[in-house]
Amino acid sequence: MDDLRKRARELLETSEVKVVIGYEQGTAGKTRALFVEKPEDTDKLIFDSRCVQNLAVYITKREVKDKGKMAIAATLPVMRSIIQLASEFQVNDNNLLVLGITPESKLVEFNSLTEVETFVHQYQIEIDARNKEMLDKLEKMTPSERWKFWTDELAPCFKCYACRAACPMCYCSRCTVDFNQPQWIPVPSHELGNLEWHIMRAIHLTGRCVDCDACYNACPLGIPLNLLTKKMVEEARANFGGYQPAIKGEHLMSTYKPDDKENFIQ
Amino acid sequence: MNIDKRLVSKDSLEKLFDILKQNSKTIYAPATKNGKVSFSEADSFSGIATDYIQTTQSSKDVDFPRTEKILDYTRNENGMSVKGIDLNDIPEIVLWGVRPCDAMGIGELSAIFNWDYKDEIYNNRLSRVTVFGFSCSKSDEYCFCTSVGGNPGNTTGSDILFTQLGEDGDYLAEVLTDKGSAVVSLASGLFEAATDIEKGKYLADVPVRFNREEISKKLEKSFESGLWIDQSLRCLGCGACAYVCPTCACFDIQDEAHGKSGSRVRCWDSCGFSLFTLHTSGHNPREVQSQRWRQRIMHKFSYMPDRLSVYGCTGCGRCSRACPADMNILEHLISIQEAVV
Amino acid sequence: MADFEPRIVAFVCNWCTYAGADLTGTSRIKYASNVRIVRFPCTGRIDYMLLLKAFAEGADGIIVSGCHPNDCHYTSGNFHARRRWIMFRSLCDFMGIDTRRIKFSWVSAAEGAKWADIVNATVASIRELGPYDDYKRVAKKPVKEVTHG
Repeated sequence: MDDLRKRARELLETSEVKVVIGYEQGTAGKTRALFVEKPEDTDKLIFDSRCVQNLAVYITKREVKDKGKMAIAATLPVMRSIIQLASEFQVNDNNLLVLGITPESKLVEFNSLTEVETFVHQYQIEIDARNKEMLDKLEKMTPSERWKFWTDELAPCFKCYACRAACPMCYCSRCTVDFNQPQWIPVPSHELGNLEWHIMRAIHLTGRCVDCDACYNACPLGIPLNLLTKKMVEEARANFGGYQPAIKGEHLMSTYKPDDKENFIQ
Repeated sequence: MNIDKRLVSKDSLEKLFDILKQNSKTIYAPATKNGKVSFSEADSFSGIATDYIQTTQSSKDVDFPRTEKILDYTRNENGMSVKGIDLNDIPEIVLWGVRPCDAMGIGELSAIFNWDYKDEIYNNRLSRVTVFGFSCSKSDEYCFCTSVGGNPGNTTGSDILFTQLGEDGDYLAEVLTDKGSAVVSLASGLFEAATDIEKGKYLADVPVRFNREEISKKLEKSFESGLWIDQSLRCLGCGACAYVCPTCACFDIQDEAHGKSGSRVRCWDSCGFSLFTLHTSGHNPREVQSQRWRQRIMHKFSYMPDRLSVYGCTGCGRCSRACPADMNILEHLISIQEAVV
Repeated sequence: MADFEPRIVAFVCNWCTYAGADLTGTSRIKYASNVRIVRFPCTGRIDYMLLLKAFAEGADGIIVSGCHPNDCHYTSGNFHARRRWIMFRSLCDFMGIDTRRIKFSWVSAAEGAKWADIVNATVASIRELGPYDDYKRVAKKPVKEVTHG
């Protein structure tokens, strides 16, 4: 993607940014994150349909942030994450410049995060067909069939927290599981530890998840844990009309409407 | 040195499985779930996965479980009563389908558990494991066993090493230890005499990519180098590499209480986690990922060979395959060898 | 099950439901004694995980109760709670956790009789459902010997 490489080079040559975050060729036909600090290294930047890792996870990382102002090659899910992070005060115009990549793979440069937000709001968070099918299949099961499905699926989990590490929204320097006064979520990867970890993560992402599948792609064991976060995206739509990341907007779970509807409170 | 070589026909392999089952052995073998192959308890021969280069997880789960209880306690009017686990309760396990790199890793892991303190629980579990190694006829770009003292037909660590003689062929079985001989006695009819079969031509070709002694020497001078920062920028700090690694041994101890009683549990931990070295005082000697990445490489290629006389890496490549950020340890090791420090 | 007595944990807010439960007592209304009440300043303070902790520690059923909408002592705590419960209940149901065992209600400080009804109805329905063995099996305390993948 020549436009991207050219622009990245300019930004570094003029020192407008200190590091450009993008993708490079990885092992075995995969792609991986690249951090370019020297203008000549921008030649390594690539972009194609394999580039799905959510790079926004790196903009809250101290080791990257401390280099100075960052530029990031951002596809739509990455842009959503960036806006969500901005709404949570984790990033702002002073430390980030977004080099947007449209769904048609065109480079578009934004002058501010507000412009990124305007772009992002043109699109709804859609759940793809294959996962929709899986969600429907689970809906049709009885609760005990679902219980069996999930205890079975979560059994191999060994609590490596790759899902947490790959998620741009999990940026807490001390995660709930890292506290032991009290030990809220059990550390060992027995059945209870796994169940409580995954439920808790789905809850903490409610209203914040941008449905990028980074968690699923990161899981070394192929556990379909993204179904949990997708379910929350669906439920948000069904109950509250959905949500969009918005810098000065309302957060799904920290607001309410006096006439929120439910049918289970007596 | 004479190795007891036998021939096991392709069909006899299934019969061997059944005989072991009949003799109350628990068999752990590779099985596929969600597109990934890992070791789990095998009920039938047909469930064993065969078409893979390397399993996602190592087999260390059988001697170093991801979660294991080490004692129970109860508070009563006399104080605290503590009961350790019954080591006699540990089952006899046959580890079926272990690659030579993993079998070699057992020795490396054992070195850690027998360094300054002999870990009774680990040793007991291991003593009840019989290892069936299976040589590799294929490898991929992640494998580098030959760079770390191993090879696709290595016998180290296996009790019996099976090498398939060509696709769909019979198996050469090298019976290497007393445990291996004990299995042969259980099923002697299946282990025929073998003429001098050479396994070399049936093994994968794994080119040597680096010299580990050179890397160790370079590491001695690399502690303060800036290369760790560059290498670790994309590392996300999860525990995937440590957990799938056959030689990673870090663990956490957790007390799980339930009213007046509870258990003490040992479970896997990873030096890649940001809070791994957090002290109670609040000080964290490995605050940034570059320090943690340096620790990983140094531990495996410098501290372990120095202190324990074994390396901490078998070249299985699992860490690189499992890594969500494509850290690729092989690539990093090669660049360390080439680095100017 | 003739001899199964359900164990119910109730998470209630101090200003409405707790006071309402107190009124049940002072009104001498008899109701099932299977409930253990945990008092919170407001339903908005109830953490989702607490409900799951109750199941993990052996509860067979849970009641969550607070002030009616617009009557919250802290103005909007119960609105936040309601939104949370909507999402949490969906997640629990999706995972196969038995949501029939969790009862949500608004009980005001004047509704002593309603509290008694809620408790009695909950105890009766849990008695029918039986002990929550599925969850207890997963929670297994103390832990079992070894977990492999």
